[in-house]
Amino acid sequence: MDKLRIEHISKHYRNHTALEDVSFSVKSQSIFGLLGPNGAGKTSLIRIINQITSADSGQIFLDDKLLSEKDIANIGYLPEERGLYKKMKIGEQAIYLAQLKGLSRNDAISKLKYWFDKYDLANWWDKKVEELSKGMAQKVQFITTVLHEPDLLILDEPFSGFDPINTNLIKNEILDLRKKGTTVILSTHNMNSVEEICDDIVLIDNANIILEGKVSELKQRFKPNQFELTFKGNMIGFTNALWTNYDLVETKKEGDLIKANIKLLNDKSLNDLLKIAIDHLEIHEVHEQIPSMNEIFITAVEQKNEPAEIIA
Amino acid sequence: MTLLGPILIAGFLSLAIYLGMSDSSVQNVVVVDQAKLVTKAFKDSEFIKFFYTNETLSDSAFGESPYNLMLIVNEHIVENNKAHLYYKKYPSVNVQSYVSNQLDNALEQVKLKLNNIDDKVYSEIRTAVILGLFDYKDQEVESRKVELATVGFFFALIIYMFILLYAVQVMRGVMEEKTNRIIEILVSSVRPFQLMMGKIVGIAFVGLTQFLLWILLTTALMSVFQSMIFTDPLAGEIIAQQQISPELQKELISPEQSKAAVILDLIDRINFPLMTGMFIFYFLGGFLLYSALFAAVGAAVDSEADTQQFVMPLTIPLIFGFIIGEFAVLNPEGSSSVFFSIFPFTSPVVMMIRLANGFTPDTMWQLYLSIILLILGFIFTTWIASKVYRVGILMYGKKVGYKEIWKWLRYGS
Repeated sequence: MDKLRIEHISKHYRNHTALEDVSFSVKSQSIFGLLGPNGAGKTSLIRIINQITSADSGQIFLDDKLLSEKDIANIGYLPEERGLYKKMKIGEQAIYLAQLKGLSRNDAISKLKYWFDKYDLANWWDKKVEELSKGMAQKVQFITTVLHEPDLLILDEPFSGFDPINTNLIKNEILDLRKKGTTVILSTHNMNSVEEICDDIVLIDNANIILEGKVSELKQRFKPNQFELTFKGNMIGFTNALWTNYDLVETKKEGDLIKANIKLLNDKSLNDLLKIAIDHLEIHEVHEQIPSMNEIFITAVEQKNEPAEIIA
Repeated sequence: MTLLGPILIAGFLSLAIYLGMSDSSVQNVVVVDQAKLVTKAFKDSEFIKFFYTNETLSDSAFGESPYNLMLIVNEHIVENNKAHLYYKKYPSVNVQSYVSNQLDNALEQVKLKLNNIDDKVYSEIRTAVILGLFDYKDQEVESRKVELATVGFFFALIIYMFILLYAVQVMRGVMEEKTNRIIEILVSSVRPFQLMMGKIVGIAFVGLTQFLLWILLTTALMSVFQSMIFTDPLAGEIIAQQQISPELQKELISPEQSKAAVILDLIDRINFPLMTGMFIFYFLGGFLLYSALFAAVGAAVDSEADTQQFVMPLTIPLIFGFIIGEFAVLNPEGSSSVFFSIFPFTSPVVMMIRLANGFTPDTMWQLYLSIILLILGFIFTTWIASKVYRVGILMYGKKVGYKEIWKWLRYGS
């Protein structure tokens, strides 16, 4: 079932188009990556989902119902540019933000106690925000985002400013929340985390979706049909034998061993390559080159900007 | 802030009174009577003692003498009516007028003798008309419009201060939320309009509470300080001096009592329930009108420095209203008072001055119109402000000018 369905959303500003007829859907209880270069339109879209601004056209459905004002209580939003009142005590502040999301004061306090304990912040309850380190403030912000147990979480660059330990903490928290039934939309440039935790993604560039799908499928789709062969033996005979059906992209020498990156051309398979190799070389290892999300991101955006090539 | 304010106000007032009193230590005036006309003619007071000589003191002799002031009465004083008062330390206006009054009286006596006019006759001739003002439709009571307007001016002053102080606080609050970026979290929970109104209404009540406390505490502290140090005998003397003839003085029971009677009369005349009700209305109305605009400024800019160009045009009508108010005290029913007490940007200040005088059925429409226009006024400014606010709070790193704001106003919802 779809948690969120975006249908034909467009948003134009005076001098530029932020979103042009964007449609996609987010499956319930999944982690969804909303990706794109800076200025692609991600923040505009997130603000429209949060009803901070409205779209020029198009509709958004939450649980198959048209998004309405009361849904605010079911959405948790962690903006990229986030702040807190510097002079206010963090406990009071967290209570205030929770109350804005509709929690009662007592509910807010008991839930906050749990989270503050969990994140080692209990001693900081009466401290002011300006006394906190950046990482701690980030934790407080994360807590206030998830405190009211929203069905839908929208996290804009949740890992920025965190050290690796805290990044891991938040990552596990997100996975945990998914397990409990939360749907998470993650907007980030941190492609490692996308690879690790996202189920599906859309990639937006210049107001349009240029790529979407499951992370695992995209990796298959974008693989360059290229293998890394590790071997010992006579390089010259082998390269001559490769002839026109293969492209030797790169070779590296590591001690006795040679690593060669070979792209298969003209419908050749790995078996065909191995047949040639076996005659000339002592093969140690072979594996397919699977692109990282980072590479897919860059490839997709660059291809988009060359109009001759069209993405399937 | 809440406690410090009244302490500071009461403290400064008491200090001023205390220092004023220490100035009124005994002044020794040496009268150099070159004309030989006024020796022994001056009346000493508790704080001013006169000494007489016919010989001119040299500058250094006066400098070393225990006298504070030296009054030179020249030989031709009767013709030229001019005298010089030399001081070591500049005397207060009270001292100046006391000396001047004494000299007037003494010279009058001299001139009466010169012209062979009987003292008694002169007192009968000498005239000071007390002009009573009456509305021909209401001849029962004497008008005291200017005095009443002065009372209204006090209320106007409070409103003026309140708007300036707290509207700027609204602006700062909005700017803080914008610059520390908590705004995006907030507007994902509440509508920008709700957030803006919450800020304005919240600060309005903070201000109202704070002012109430200020007034109560300042009054309490002042009365404590007063009972400890405050007596002002010299002021009483001067009033006594200004009463021209003993006959007139007898007519008025005593100056202090007549002053108190006027104040009681004023208090009696002010319609306090109306005044208090209207005070709160104009207090809040004026604040809402201005603070909405200040909120918009806070939302539009990125830093305190950029607020200047927008804050100026907002404070000008307010300051202007205050200046009009000062004129309105002298002429409470002049056409400029009437116009600016109806115009919403100045009415919160100017109307307070007119309200102290109350309205007749003929002029009541002016109050109604003023109230309606103020309500429409703050609905209008709030509407304008909400449009600027909504766009402004999420707009960063852009130097905003009037042209830009005009564009925001024309955005659809």
